[in-house]
Amino acid sequence: MKIAVASGKGGTGKTTIATNLATVASRNGQSVVYLDCDVEEPNGHIFLKPEITHREPVGLLIPRVDEEKCTLCGQCGEICQYSAIVCVGQKVLCYPELCHACGGCWLVCPEDAITEVPREMGVLEAGRAGPIRFVHGLLNVGEAMSPPVIKAVKATAPEADLVITDAPPGTSCPVIESIRDCDFVLLVSEPTPFGLNDLKLAVEMVRALKLPLGVFINRADVGDRGVHSYCSQERIKILAEIPDDRRIGEAYSRGELICDALPDYTASFAALLQEVTQEEATFETHRPTEPACHKPVLPPGG
Amino acid sequence: MRELVVISGKGGTGKTSIVASFAALADKCVLADADVDAADLHLVLDPRTVHREQFSGGSRARIMPGHCTACGKCEEVCRFDAITYDGPGNGRISKTFRIDPIACEGCGVCAYFCAEDAIEFAPVVNGRLFVAETRCGPMVHARLGIAEENSGKLVSLVRTRAEAIAQERKLDLILIDGSPGIGCPVISSITGADHVLVVTEPTLSGLHDLKRVSDLTKHFGIETQVCINKWDLNEDLASEIETQARQRGLGVAGKVRYDQAVTRAQIKKKSVVEYARNGAASDIKQLWMEVSIAIAKAPSGVTARRYS
Repeated sequence: MKIAVASGKGGTGKTTIATNLATVASRNGQSVVYLDCDVEEPNGHIFLKPEITHREPVGLLIPRVDEEKCTLCGQCGEICQYSAIVCVGQKVLCYPELCHACGGCWLVCPEDAITEVPREMGVLEAGRAGPIRFVHGLLNVGEAMSPPVIKAVKATAPEADLVITDAPPGTSCPVIESIRDCDFVLLVSEPTPFGLNDLKLAVEMVRALKLPLGVFINRADVGDRGVHSYCSQERIKILAEIPDDRRIGEAYSRGELICDALPDYTASFAALLQEVTQEEATFETHRPTEPACHKPVLPPGG
Repeated sequence: MRELVVISGKGGTGKTSIVASFAALADKCVLADADVDAADLHLVLDPRTVHREQFSGGSRARIMPGHCTACGKCEEVCRFDAITYDGPGNGRISKTFRIDPIACEGCGVCAYFCAEDAIEFAPVVNGRLFVAETRCGPMVHARLGIAEENSGKLVSLVRTRAEAIAQERKLDLILIDGSPGIGCPVISSITGADHVLVVTEPTLSGLHDLKRVSDLTKHFGIETQVCINKWDLNEDLASEIETQARQRGLGVAGKVRYDQAVTRAQIKKKSVVEYARNGAASDIKQLWMEVSIAIAKAPSGVTARRYS
């Protein structure tokens, strides 16, 4: 089973939930893979402390133009939607940081003057944290596009009983890339107006992907009841709640797993894991048979 | 005119609460919410929308089933695994190809190579932008459509609109609420800005993310200060962060204590400084003084070329 831990809002506790779920499952004897897809600011390694055994650069294939063969016909610039290759005067200019590696210029070039060469955008690291297999990506600083690095992290994931994906915050392309192939999305929220607003956006996103979801409420006793009433209105199951416990915050600040620092919470994570497994199984038996037709969702007028 | 961008690397460190307070403390400013995929500033500032516009960041391909002959060329050329052989039949063939709009990155290569002209490729609306009035001044905010791309372009548009308002009304400061991370929308929110304030927290994650985000502002050569929010949650780590920030040449503009009034203010739709006088509110006032002095000293760079 593949579980994604996501949230619209940052700092709600995604990494805390993801790393502790991975630890609890692995202590229960399941084979577990932990994927940190927050390649802009990955933090899972701080808690799981993996021993990295594999490291490789990742990125995209970008065009290189052979000036000898190029006749300056300009077709490459015409097909490129990203302004990553343009023909100006007597030269073809490439802007690698804008290139999405669609291969259009390479396909369209009538002179075979374009070859594709790899460009590094980040690094992938894999290893083990005890029995947990660990993979994360690190986007190079200054690099804008994270999805290619996320794709690489996802592609490296070995088979296991449980694959936990720690997603980046937000609702745009990096999050979609992280969660789209998962079986279940656990949305972490907190009961505040910001938490509620961002949870609504995250729910819309998961529904657009037609994936089953459940909510985890962190720091459940701070703030108001907005998140709770929203969930009951939308018939979204709240799978677990954790109170605002200063000891959790302190353990987190030192980079400790909650199941190690505060073993009384281990049972809560085990129960959460069971809830998620049951929810996913329920969805699986009621899964629609027709192919899912994804429609982009436009934001409503504000 | 100056642009101050508040970012954090790590999410949930308190950017928006601090920006809302700065908005209340600043004499005259334009507000810009650059967190276009999970904007929250409007929840505190209660904006009254005066202008809205649609945003198109690119085009998207769609197969017209009636024209498709299922030759499979589109699937062959698509690098994004966005095309599958499970579209509706059309009388001549039982199945056609179909494009998953979520996986499609809008490169248009399929449309270009389709021999039957069966692929429509046209600009799509993938976000909305709002100009509003608030009690703290004009505000520009936006919302990227769910699961959409091009957040960077929308952030640039938000900044452009905010700049125009600042010029028109002769306001000296643009206060920008950024997004977490170090990728596309963050780069778009800081390039060419005068000053960055990084809001961090005294945790190992906060420290780790501060290093990466300050490498980013250094990469773009932007004057950067740090603020440690909830500093008293781990005092040792807070001083460690202060030391490391100074070693990296970052100014420490202030520290804000952990205070439940921050959440209570949010529930009352007020900024912390409008809601309370002491505690975090007084720390934020002190912080604002330090930051505004630093902005006044910074050379203006609004004319620098934008990332797009």
